Amino acid sequence: MLNDWLFIGIFLLIAFLFPIAPILIAHFLAPRRSSPQKSQTYECGVETVGDTWVQFKGQYYIYGLVFLIFDVEIVFLFPWAVAYGQLPLFGVLAGILFIALLIAGLFYDWKKGALEWV
Amino acid sequence: MTFLSDPISSIGNWLENFLIGLGLAPNFSALIVTAIGAFVLAAFGLMIVLLLIWFERKAVARMQDRLGPNRIGPYGIFQSVADTLKLLTKEYITPAGADKVVYNLAPLFAVMAVLGIWAVIPFAATVYGSDINVGALYIVAVGAIGVLAIIMAGWSSNNKYALLGAFRVVSQLLCYEVPLVITLLIPVMLAGSMGMNAIVMAQDTWFIFLAPLGFLIFLIASIAEVGRAPFDLLEADSEIVAGFNIEYSGMKFGMFFVAEFLHAFTIGAVVATLFLGGWRGPGAETYPILGTIYFFIKAFIVYFIVVWARGTFPRIRIDQMLNFSWKFLTPLALVLLIVMAVQLKLVEGSPTWVYVTSSFAVNVLIAFGTIHLLRSFARRERKRVSEERPLATAPESDFQQI
Repeated sequence: MLNDWLFIGIFLLIAFLFPIAPILIAHFLAPRRSSPQKSQTYECGVETVGDTWVQFKGQYYIYGLVFLIFDVEIVFLFPWAVAYGQLPLFGVLAGILFIALLIAGLFYDWKKGALEWV
Repeated sequence: MTFLSDPISSIGNWLENFLIGLGLAPNFSALIVTAIGAFVLAAFGLMIVLLLIWFERKAVARMQDRLGPNRIGPYGIFQSVADTLKLLTKEYITPAGADKVVYNLAPLFAVMAVLGIWAVIPFAATVYGSDINVGALYIVAVGAIGVLAIIMAGWSSNNKYALLGAFRVVSQLLCYEVPLVITLLIPVMLAGSMGMNAIVMAQDTWFIFLAPLGFLIFLIASIAEVGRAPFDLLEADSEIVAGFNIEYSGMKFGMFFVAEFLHAFTIGAVVATLFLGGWRGPGAETYPILGTIYFFIKAFIVYFIVVWARGTFPRIRIDQMLNFSWKFLTPLALVLLIVMAVQLKLVEGSPTWVYVTSSFAVNVLIAFGTIHLLRSFARRERKRVSEERPLATAPESDFQQI
């Protein structure tokens, strides 16, 4: 069991370090002649106006909020799904009640207009 | 004979015994073999991308009645090698005012998020990176690092279009994560385990036959997760230049490219494992090498469907993309989960054919019900739209008459 997690640890480390190799090789192969003109940001060919890190559309935030609720509740459903084979019918119905609450929440959000892209 | 039937794990065993023979402690040599295995798997994952890029360009070209790459090597198979060489000699241009640390870390995280999934996918009965008992959850968790990489890239580039692209991607990934994870619950429920090996072992009948609708929702949500057409809003070049990776050049851009193509194949591998029986097939248990071949064939078929979708569908609008997930896929997946939970409990203990036929029938019924609902909704919508404003009217002044 521990060996499995050890493999994942090593693998993720290697997967993180692997792309460094081509990036470094290219760093030595590629020309390096930077100029202020070159390093300007590309936005439609016109000179950039104003700050980039500005306020963004609030709707993204609402979608994120709805997602957060869903994701947390789904994580609670995973143990239920794993134990599904051993559950009595009552246990399954309890899980379904939980999902039904989730659906009710989704429809509430829908009717409230949280899912409208405006 | 064991070498021919199961080359990969016998090489691993041989190497471990060899290292122990050299006088290393067993634990330490096991660690070295593990590290080598991880290295080989990661290298294989990145190498296969060269082939995938060539295949995708060729397949899409054929669908669009073009020839595709055909100059370098037979059938242009070395085209992506040439492209890699070109990318290696491109200058890195870091935009002025970029957040340097985050900017340089983003491509590494992007590749790591995709490669990480490969750690838990079983390629054959004896060939798998790691068999953790929360494999399905691990796939979702590692996939989230990809979102992180994209928002890092978009935010640190100091470019408004890159930032917009990153917002779009993040909202898209968040939206499609929900139906994806809900349908992921179905194989977990059927197998009674989150371990990928256990899910494969449970598929005496492939789960695609038990939950065809679940398979379809999972596939669509996966395509959206990768940001492939028709969900490729992140690189809608007519709207936001190139999306989150506008300011990346050379091999740093190449890494995002690699991550995207590898991800498309990775969802093929995940779908094959969860719904198409993984490495299962005739003779796969006695000859694990056959299992590897079956697995890659299945993964490739799913990958081909993804490429096919890219060659067929036009890009959808952002509000359509969000609505499709929240107002269609998510409720449908939830209803499917409820109905299947009840139905599987009712037929529990009955012979296999009753079990399979009833779940197949339930899935088809839900699909037909959904199509019927959609059709009546579309009819109402069409009526409403045509009443509100006529689609085309003759101009009041006619310019033709001079």
